[in-house]
Amino acid sequence: MNLAVKVGSLHLKNPVMPASGCFSFGKEVAAFYDLSVLGAIVVKATTLDERQGNKTPRLAETAAGMLNAIGLQNPGVERVIETELPPLRKYGIPIIVNVAGNAMEDYVQVVERLNDSPDVSAIELNISCPNVKCGGIQFGTDPEMAASMVRAVKRASRTPVIVKLSPNVTSISEMALAVEEAGADAISLINTLIGMKIDIARRAPLLANGQGGLSGPAIKPIAVRMVYEVTSHVKIPVIGIGGITTGEDVVEFLLAGAQAIQVGTANFTDPLACKRIIEELHAYCDEAGVKDINTLIGAAKPHAKGRFL
Amino acid sequence: MAVQRVLEQRVIGPELYALTFSAPLKLSEGGYEPGQFLHLRVTDSFDFVLRRPLSLCQVHVERNALTVMYRAQGAGTRRLARLRAGDAIDVLGPLGKGFPLHAGDRRALLIGGGIGVPPLVELARHLHAQGSEVVSVIGFQTADQIILREELKAYGQVHLVTDDGTEGVRGRVTDVLTPEQCEGVTRYYACGPTPMLRAVQTVLRERDIPGYLSLEERMGCGIGICVGCVHKVRREGRESYVKTCVEGPVFPAEEVVFS
Repeated sequence: MNLAVKVGSLHLKNPVMPASGCFSFGKEVAAFYDLSVLGAIVVKATTLDERQGNKTPRLAETAAGMLNAIGLQNPGVERVIETELPPLRKYGIPIIVNVAGNAMEDYVQVVERLNDSPDVSAIELNISCPNVKCGGIQFGTDPEMAASMVRAVKRASRTPVIVKLSPNVTSISEMALAVEEAGADAISLINTLIGMKIDIARRAPLLANGQGGLSGPAIKPIAVRMVYEVTSHVKIPVIGIGGITTGEDVVEFLLAGAQAIQVGTANFTDPLACKRIIEELHAYCDEAGVKDINTLIGAAKPHAKGRFL
Repeated sequence: MAVQRVLEQRVIGPELYALTFSAPLKLSEGGYEPGQFLHLRVTDSFDFVLRRPLSLCQVHVERNALTVMYRAQGAGTRRLARLRAGDAIDVLGPLGKGFPLHAGDRRALLIGGGIGVPPLVELARHLHAQGSEVVSVIGFQTADQIILREELKAYGQVHLVTDDGTEGVRGRVTDVLTPEQCEGVTRYYACGPTPMLRAVQTVLRERDIPGYLSLEERMGCGIGICVGCVHKVRREGRESYVKTCVEGPVFPAEEVVFS
């Protein structure tokens, strides 16, 4: 049975990778299992300088999901290159670095620094963090700004550029087409949906930041729909993200058209989530008689069955 | 981490429960510290995506079991309260850094507020075992909320405080922390709501007594990957956010910054 997939020039032994911000830089989860079982690893959003993030509370649980407003707390690109990435080498899997910033120059500078690291396999361009005033979301909601960002980063980057899209837009396909046109090598979607929880005892928003990003199984149907829609419009590979907790969820995203997937919130519920999901995916393929997982990609679409969209 | 068995679920007050389950480690070999927490999954579905961090209250070596206590005031903890003996429960831990013990301490002052009292019981047992005198000051809103008074009495003197004076001294735990009461205290340990910790830190700093605070922040993963449960600390003159799940929940009182 073949679980290996390709995302552009990236070769993954299976389609499962942790989502940025849901795995830190890997070392904590490495205490639970050997990370070499993963298709790839996506590390926490990295900015030019160290960031402390938002005030607390930063988290709130919701029905089958959660809100977060971490605010991109990270040690800055220099320390990421020097201390966080080298220990990941030994797993022999692609390392994808999520890049965030305020202005376009910040993104370009981070990407230029990452060019010097031998550990980086690809960049995931974070133009979709909803939790900081200037965290790139302004680039993630305007097709023209997104396209100019992608062009600048593509010029600067030695490695493939995956653009992570926000669902908080009127047309996700318009955004996807704009970044494809600008030269993106792949797209990942969706980042979190903006939400809010009110603390009825305090009669005020629960999160210190007011609003936060909704993730978890609650958003999965939205993510599946967006993956289905975007993969019907663009030719570049799409990585599906949103509420994946089981191997069957992965199959659903692949059938919708995703080339690979990312697991986010489930890592918080269960540190073994990614490993378990890979095992479940294997078991599914076994039982369903799927010899090559690539045959599942986009197979839920009408054209895959000889019909038109 | 593993699926454990619930051995007992006991009501100990209004909305207050004591949950005992088989330990995910061999307790006779140690491997835990008072002040650490267990991270419990509420159900095996993903209706509740976050675990509930509950501090280790009692260790039962002979049964290889652990007891935690909690207030069922949200949907998740109310669901936990439905567990019965024999049910399965997914337990991660013990996690985090607990209360450090100092062998030379003559007299330790333990300060607890409400549902912050439970971790002090296992701490008191350890302190008593190393020969330190244990004095506990525990505060509750009202008399029917009082928990663990007898358990703490087994290790030393207990001063009881209630907000409304229905039992013990009326007032706050800091009202009991007079210079006379603090005479001879070599170290303090506190766990409770943030306003209490802040007040205790201020009073005992004036008395020049070193101590530890067990902090309460909304926690996500419990293992350091979500960066949700941070608290501000000051180290070498520099303030930064650190994760309470892995660097805490217990911190030296002098480095904790309350905003």
